Amino acid sequence: MPDLLIELFSEEIPARMQSRARADLKRLITDGLVEAGLTYGSAGAFSTPRRLTLTVEGLSANSPTLREERKGPRVDAPEKAIEGFLRSTGLTRDQLETRDDKKGQVYFATIEKPGRPAAEIVAEALDAAIRNFPWPKSMRWGSGSIRWVRPLHSILCILSDESGASVVPLTIDGIAAGDSTRGHRFMSPDAFSVSNFEDYATRLRRAHVMLDMAEREAAIRQEAESLAFARGWEIVADDGLLSEVAGLVEWPVPLMGVIEERFLDLPPEVLQTSMKEHQKFFSARNPRSGRIEGFVTVANIATTDDGATILAGNQRVLAARLSDAAFFWENDLRMAKAGMEVWAEGLKSVTFQSKLGSQADRVQRIAALAREIAPLVGADSDQAEEAAKLAKLDLRSEMVGEFPELQGVMGRYYARSAGHADVVADAVRDHYSPLGPSDAVPAAPVSIAVALADKIDLLTGFWAIDEKPTGSKDPFALRRAALGVIRLILSNDVRAQLTDLFAKGNADADTADLLSFLHDRLKVHLRDQGIRHDIIDAVLAQPGNDDLVPVVNRATALNGMLATEDGQNLTQGLKRAGNILSQAEQQDGVEYSFGADVKFAETDEERALFSALDQAEPAISDAVKREDFPAAMTAIAALRAPIDAFFEAVQVNTDAQIVRRNRLNLLSRIREAGRQIADFTRIEG
Amino acid sequence: MTSPNRPRSFQEVILRLQNYWAAQGCAILQPYDMEVGAGTFHPATTLRALGARPWAAAYVQPSRRPADGRYGENPNRLQHYYQYQVIIKPSPENLQDLYLGSLRAIGLDPMLHDVRFVEDDWESPTLGAWGLGWEVWCDGMEVSQFTYFQQVGGHDCRPVSGELTYGLERLAMYVLGVEHVMDMPFNDPDSAIPLTYGDIFRQTEQEYSRWNFDQADTGTLFQHFKDAEAECARILDAAAEDKAGRRIPMAHPAYDQCIKASHIFNLLDARGVISVTERQAYIGRVRALAKGCADLFLTTDAAGDAA
Repeated sequence: MPDLLIELFSEEIPARMQSRARADLKRLITDGLVEAGLTYGSAGAFSTPRRLTLTVEGLSANSPTLREERKGPRVDAPEKAIEGFLRSTGLTRDQLETRDDKKGQVYFATIEKPGRPAAEIVAEALDAAIRNFPWPKSMRWGSGSIRWVRPLHSILCILSDESGASVVPLTIDGIAAGDSTRGHRFMSPDAFSVSNFEDYATRLRRAHVMLDMAEREAAIRQEAESLAFARGWEIVADDGLLSEVAGLVEWPVPLMGVIEERFLDLPPEVLQTSMKEHQKFFSARNPRSGRIEGFVTVANIATTDDGATILAGNQRVLAARLSDAAFFWENDLRMAKAGMEVWAEGLKSVTFQSKLGSQADRVQRIAALAREIAPLVGADSDQAEEAAKLAKLDLRSEMVGEFPELQGVMGRYYARSAGHADVVADAVRDHYSPLGPSDAVPAAPVSIAVALADKIDLLTGFWAIDEKPTGSKDPFALRRAALGVIRLILSNDVRAQLTDLFAKGNADADTADLLSFLHDRLKVHLRDQGIRHDIIDAVLAQPGNDDLVPVVNRATALNGMLATEDGQNLTQGLKRAGNILSQAEQQDGVEYSFGADVKFAETDEERALFSALDQAEPAISDAVKREDFPAAMTAIAALRAPIDAFFEAVQVNTDAQIVRRNRLNLLSRIREAGRQIADFTRIEG
Repeated sequence: MTSPNRPRSFQEVILRLQNYWAAQGCAILQPYDMEVGAGTFHPATTLRALGARPWAAAYVQPSRRPADGRYGENPNRLQHYYQYQVIIKPSPENLQDLYLGSLRAIGLDPMLHDVRFVEDDWESPTLGAWGLGWEVWCDGMEVSQFTYFQQVGGHDCRPVSGELTYGLERLAMYVLGVEHVMDMPFNDPDSAIPLTYGDIFRQTEQEYSRWNFDQADTGTLFQHFKDAEAECARILDAAAEDKAGRRIPMAHPAYDQCIKASHIFNLLDARGVISVTERQAYIGRVRALAKGCADLFLTTDAAGDAA
């Protein structure tokens, strides 16, 4: 059982592409091997900035011999047909077998495909993988014709077993596979040969390359934390940055630096963003002052001066960057203290969307809407309007011009320094939230009002000009806005008729269509929380479905009940009642909905059902009215036993018409009880 | 940066790069004699990246970015600065090593510094050009752009050119340990008449910043843009044969007009008279010119694949 080792050695692979590339390499090669009939024990993929590596252990040495039997023409078929069959099977006539068939004597061919050595199959699989590799972006170089993410320099491809290693013969665009690779670009640039994966990993480490991304991440994290610890600081965790940095180095050497005193008054978000975006530095926080006071940069080399030159250089670059940031900050603060009039004026010249006017127009709309929403969420209308009018001003600030991701965050600082109340300033910062499905949802009333107004204006605006998301195209992130509305409403128990708010957002928007878009997002959201889609459908079929809080409470309660045995049986009973009714109604051309009378009841089970309904009906409608859906579920679940017993004992469609009609009308009371809860016909199972 | 090998002036950084790339076999060209936004606009890059004929050139290119003017006050930003540009077609296999050699030549020892190739794809919407590559970081600072050209003027580059662009002021400031560009020694600081960058450019930065932002006559500029565009189109449309029947397509004169239009657009942009929506339209108009020039260049001898 040989082991396979592949390394594709290239110029620097973008950090963000490495993780998918590892998975793709593993998939493409192992699929290729398996399709060709090889088996393997295990496979693992690795990446550094300069290499993609795959190790496959316990590969079969050959693919198995395959026998295929193929039925041919009849023995007395025309000569041409027989010749054709021989051609397609590659056999001669004396190699064919004759067998009796229903229609007479028929030729059969047994084709034997001999097994092939693993090396041949590996070469084909690797060739195909390189040529078809799904890089997000790939390129040509020099005079060559193949594409790779950056120029590909060498291919290592060996099969090894106890007796040694052999190179898999393979040449792609002039690059012949071999058994050698190189170490770190600067620290160990020479080529060396390897004999198997273990040897490869060991020699790489000696040549200053940590092959495993996870190991590089752990090394960076650990060293950064201990550097910070030595100063009594803590590293601000950032997993995205960590994996990016780990994808930029083969030999990580974290170095800690101090931020100059003159920059420490910059907002921490500014320090953090500037250091992360421009320099890929981790931020170090002093827990005593709460400020960001240091940084960790991760070099890709251990130098004779222990990184002193590198650190000094990074410190200089950072100082230049932060000087810029400090300059922006001071200018912006001056504008803020002057009332930000210039920024408000500036928004008039920024087109939001050609059919929806300028940013200033949009701000006007959001402000008006925020006023409307304020009383619904317990916010002061004046404050909501005030915050909405401030919300987009920071888009004109120099800092947000430089760091767009600080929008809102800077707005809060500027609003405060302009003398606005904290709740207003906080709403400026928070009105973009929630951005993603796991982003925190604002909880302060003014923030909720502006955040909702912002998103509803966005949605209704694009609905009014008929620019809705299609398929994967959602350039204005309207799905995210819709989910934002849903999460704002649910996590704050906001009671509102969404259709009304939509109409106030933009009179030209098709509110029903927008509501159904929101319902679709709601289904996705609830499904993630374990609520079945058919249950959501059953609840959404009820009237008042634009008030999302009771919709979700109802669905949650129903979901809970249906998970019980009572609930499942009850559903069956309700459905059975519904089916019998609708059949009878169709047949008779009338609707049975009124006048069931216990005096026509013939059995105990009927009478028991009457009395159970007499109790349940007011309990259900009372609970629904109070929106106490768990109580409503308990009330309707009490019908399970009487309904079951009824169907067990009673034949609804009897010849006695009065009895039959009475029973049908009784069933309609069951149907009505169900309808108070949800549309059970939509429940599956 | 305490290396004894360290250059002492801005011009020494330039001279060392010139010598280094000359030694690597590049033709050392002179700057193009027109206002351009970047070294890429030099026809030695834009046009020569097209076609099959091998090419290797290096040059300094004064570059103008009117919107970046800061009246000479910002330590790093200038409306007029220098780029060093290297282009080699087909891109040699050891281009990264050649590049690292150029850093050593100007006193940056990769064994002492942290040199990194960080993904940065290059695109020039006005030239209809793009490529993949990196920005090269030295101790966290971007010192060069390294690009493998994939398309220029809408044409696939076959073979592919490797292009290196050094922002000379920033690089030299780093090598020389200077904090403000205007303080950087331009010639040898021990010269009889030592000159700093500021001695040479502070006043011009002020003058041009004022003109770029406040004074440039936008009516005239709009007219110049139209004129350049029209002249470019006229040259492109002219018959390939001259009066005497010789085949002389005029790709370079046409391209000059394209460069002119591009620079005028940048001036108008700095004057703030081009709205966001118009912006795209102007870029599209320049790109159409660049594309026409590229089409025409490919029919010429210099492209090497007229057939």
